[in-house]
Amino acid sequence: MAVQRLRFTFPTDLIKEPVIYLIGQQFEVITNIRMADVDESTGWVILELEGDADEIARSVAWAESRGVRVDPITGDVIEG
Amino acid sequence: MTYAQHLRCRECSRDYPLAALHVCEFCFGPLEVAYDDDGIRAAVSREAIASRPANLWRYREFLPCDADSAINIGAGFTPLIHAKNLGKALGLPNLYIKNDTANPTWSFKDRVVAVASSRARELGYEKLACASTGNLANSVSAHAAAAGMEAVVVIPNDLEAGKVLGSSIYSPTLVKVAGNYDAVNRLCAELAGSRNWAFVNVNVRPYYAEGSKTLGFEVAEQLGWRAPDHCVVPIASGSLFVKIRKGLNEFAKAGLIDPPHTRMSGAQATGCSPVATAWAEGNMNFRPQRPDTIAKSLAIGNPADGYYSLVQLKDTNGACASVSDDEIVAGMKLLAETEGIFAETAGGVTIASVKQLAASGRIDPDELVVAFVTGAGFKTAEAVVDHLGPALEIDATVESFEAAYGEREGVPA
Repeated sequence: MAVQRLRFTFPTDLIKEPVIYLIGQQFEVITNIRMADVDESTGWVILELEGDADEIARSVAWAESRGVRVDPITGDVIEG
Repeated sequence: MTYAQHLRCRECSRDYPLAALHVCEFCFGPLEVAYDDDGIRAAVSREAIASRPANLWRYREFLPCDADSAINIGAGFTPLIHAKNLGKALGLPNLYIKNDTANPTWSFKDRVVAVASSRARELGYEKLACASTGNLANSVSAHAAAAGMEAVVVIPNDLEAGKVLGSSIYSPTLVKVAGNYDAVNRLCAELAGSRNWAFVNVNVRPYYAEGSKTLGFEVAEQLGWRAPDHCVVPIASGSLFVKIRKGLNEFAKAGLIDPPHTRMSGAQATGCSPVATAWAEGNMNFRPQRPDTIAKSLAIGNPADGYYSLVQLKDTNGACASVSDDEIVAGMKLLAETEGIFAETAGGVTIASVKQLAASGRIDPDELVVAFVTGAGFKTAEAVVDHLGPALEIDATVESFEAAYGEREGVPA
């Protein structure tokens, strides 16, 4: 089992969609919202995803395919 | 000895031991090193610092590891020059350049890696690692070589030749990754989370970041123990931007300089400008971007200290410029032609930003301004090689020389 902490950034057209609920429904991962700031036009959520590493990767790929930007919570690891 | 006492969460102020930790378990805020400020104040003096060797370990009381056993390849105490020619061109008579191209691996990253690698060794790590678009990889490779440690550096496979060579000469395990920026970044995040290595800018990031403070210390000392009126700093992760001011504040807290009122302004490339864009929109929440700029050392689309950079811009009445790739090249050439400093693309971003901020009145001509040039130009030669004038091609005769020299456009023979 693996745990990943990720920052999901939602574009305006996804604000009304239950993306996190659907991750829990469609993939064998446990979702845990740790912090969030969402308003009518944009929003971000810091999410813990727990499960098999490949299943987490599939759930992240699905969220990205819907238009969510997914980043490590600590910002970019790669530096200049 | 060190005066470091704990790691402290920047958001909720919870304390943690001085271990390889970088994120608060409760609020995910970044951890910073907290010091015994009274102890430092009692221990330091201008005279003591000035008497020490010309490298960053002269500020040993303010750093989180034992300077006597540190990995020291001579990072720091780079020149601060009064840039009279460039200042004249930009209408800034009190413009100074902090020339950090003069570090051992030709970039400011030697400061952060010196501290991170030293602390990593104290914590028992045998491998140093990083994910980098060049400068950081160069510095990690060099410090690991000098310390007899193993280095694993991960780079995108489209880097400039000079930056690849600048790592491989030190014989690290060099990993070139095919894939776009996001893919490389995600791979590196997974590696950092799954290997028991000292990823210098991840699990030992609190110590790494402390190295950037030394730029603030040096500038204050080199100006005769005073803070500048205005700093212009390139923003990548934002750590450098934030820590320079932390350095000035710590010097003031220790009684070495008067409390600073330094305006802090940022410089970004338009092709990767999450902070400058948010600042222009009046938004304190930046949106991550996918980088597309020749300034690869500043190509951080989701900067770890982006929010704190915005806070600092606001708190210090700063400004944030963003400049195009053409302006970056022009900035590199302007710095070279006026001050004899060949900077990499990030330096071009800084100089072009100073020009933009001066022209728009955001820098007062009376201010003592320090512009931070953080890496050397040979690392990014590709950016300018097609923008330079041709050489005079002649035969080995005086006649041929005089003919060619006399024919130069607008120049009398």
